[in-house]
Amino acid sequence: MTSITDTIARALSGFRSTPMSRAFGSWLGKIAGGFLALLVLTAIFAPWITPFDYTAQDLTNGNAPPGWPHLLGTDQFGRDVLSRVIYGARTSLSVSATAIAISITVGMTLGAAAGYFGGFFERAVMTVVDLTWSFPDILIALIFVAIIGPGLTSTTFAIAIAYLAQFTRLTRAQIVRLKQETFIEVTINLGAKPHHILLKHLLPNAIAPVIVVGMLAIGDGIVLEATLGFFGLGAQPPTPSWGAMMASGTAKLFLSPWVIISPGVVVAVTVIAVNLFGDELIRALDIRDRIRDS
Amino acid sequence: MLEVRDLEVAFGQIAPLCGVSFALEKGETLGIVGESGSGKSLTAMSVMGLLPLSGGRITAGSIIFDGQELTKLPEAAYRKLRGGRLGLITQNPMTSLDPLQKIGPQVDAVARLHLGITGQQARARTIEILGTLRIPEPALICDRYPHQMSGGMKQRIVIAGALAANPDLLVADEPTTALDVTVQAQIIRLLDDLVKERALSLVLITHDMSVVAQTCDKVVVMYAGRAIEQGPVEAIFAEPQHPYTQALIGCIPKGLSEDEHLVGIPGTVPTVMNYPKGCPFHPRCIRAEDICTKTSPSLLPRGDGAVSCHFPGAAP
Repeated sequence: MTSITDTIARALSGFRSTPMSRAFGSWLGKIAGGFLALLVLTAIFAPWITPFDYTAQDLTNGNAPPGWPHLLGTDQFGRDVLSRVIYGARTSLSVSATAIAISITVGMTLGAAAGYFGGFFERAVMTVVDLTWSFPDILIALIFVAIIGPGLTSTTFAIAIAYLAQFTRLTRAQIVRLKQETFIEVTINLGAKPHHILLKHLLPNAIAPVIVVGMLAIGDGIVLEATLGFFGLGAQPPTPSWGAMMASGTAKLFLSPWVIISPGVVVAVTVIAVNLFGDELIRALDIRDRIRDS
Repeated sequence: MLEVRDLEVAFGQIAPLCGVSFALEKGETLGIVGESGSGKSLTAMSVMGLLPLSGGRITAGSIIFDGQELTKLPEAAYRKLRGGRLGLITQNPMTSLDPLQKIGPQVDAVARLHLGITGQQARARTIEILGTLRIPEPALICDRYPHQMSGGMKQRIVIAGALAANPDLLVADEPTTALDVTVQAQIIRLLDDLVKERALSLVLITHDMSVVAQTCDKVVVMYAGRAIEQGPVEAIFAEPQHPYTQALIGCIPKGLSEDEHLVGIPGTVPTVMNYPKGCPFHPRCIRAEDICTKTSPSLLPRGDGAVSCHFPGAAP
């Protein structure tokens, strides 16, 4: 395990000491980062490593307990739980990552513009953004799903909007702080235009905490995706989703607990790993105080 | 080259700068001295047109640079001047460079922006400028990050940035405050050489009278937002008229003699919120009389310079 993660870290870092390799430096970072790397690889190579077709039903073999050939058992339709958990990783990770990517893009743009230009524009943006933050994530998501209907697209947008406030606030706080720095004054003094200052000097210096918070938000996004899936508002059958699988398992909780336990454990472990690795990244980048800023 | 006339600056109701005037010819160095809070940096910021950044504005007076009135210049035109014909060197070199960019690109950007040259040419120019600033191995330095450089080196790079577009006027706002003494001397000598080699005009803001004596042609002594004495350096140092100037000159260490103690100036500079009535210096002045607490003296010519005091004259 250790040697694999070290190799990954070195490959990622081009053999130099970078925040990424330093995050992999502690044993916690190695375990958490290793698990996440494994999860991503599993999601990417799902079609080659799943033992069964995730849609293949076998009604004669429903609710089979873990064993051979179904390592994690089967659900009520006789579908292989392991294969569905593996494909579920695809859904969860891609939905969450896409959503957070949208959230970061929009949030950074809004936050940077608000922080840089200030004035009425800043107040307008921040008021709206803070307003979205005053609702619980799940409520925003529900509103969104109610408007455009259940499915992965609405789940993605719901997650993106739920975490938008976080990135807008974080970026704005960074930009406002950086604007006071002497090197920005020097750049102004050298005749730089506003867009140059913003794109070349302010944003690059503001990006580190955004990356880490983004990483942590992917964990939260996975939970939110699972929650919506659990309520039947996320991925629709037959698309495998950890949340939806758990929901189908509730009906026969005592008869075939593996149907709910398998995806549940994977969600929990994934989110814990994301958070631990995020913490290691924060430590490696030495930006704890900057994240608390916002 | 640069003429500042009766400059007044206000932040809301507070007026931290009132009635500063000076003129500077090509190739001349003007020193602005005074304690912290006397308005030196504000004067520099006014010349650079940076007051709006901190919420200040020029309420009266004019700044004329090469026949151009700067106080009414639109921001876009000002931006062309800054870094182009006007260069500013800031106080703290430690924080004056972008920590995420290599030295080379940071200096290149100035020439690219103002001289319209690109890529290789800009880099060649950067290397040449770094070389003239006596930075060893300038080509290698271009690939370094600011955190790999010492304070003195960083200040040289800041100066290189300010020089990259061949400015006519350089404003150095306490360029050596954050550096240690030996490096201070190097930087000051460097600036002095640059003025001579390139026929630059330099406004040197400092609180060190001895630096002024060594490098400047003219000096403006500031106190509580006003110029209280100004004139050619020789005249001011030979026969300072204002008791404050005399006190400042008295603060220069002269030698190693045991029995000669340095004299301090009792009291502190009043803050902008509570400038005293009358002459702002009267609470700390040894010559203060009744009239000093009531009316503020105006800056009147005396000898080769000008002084703002009710009882000017050589030290008793």
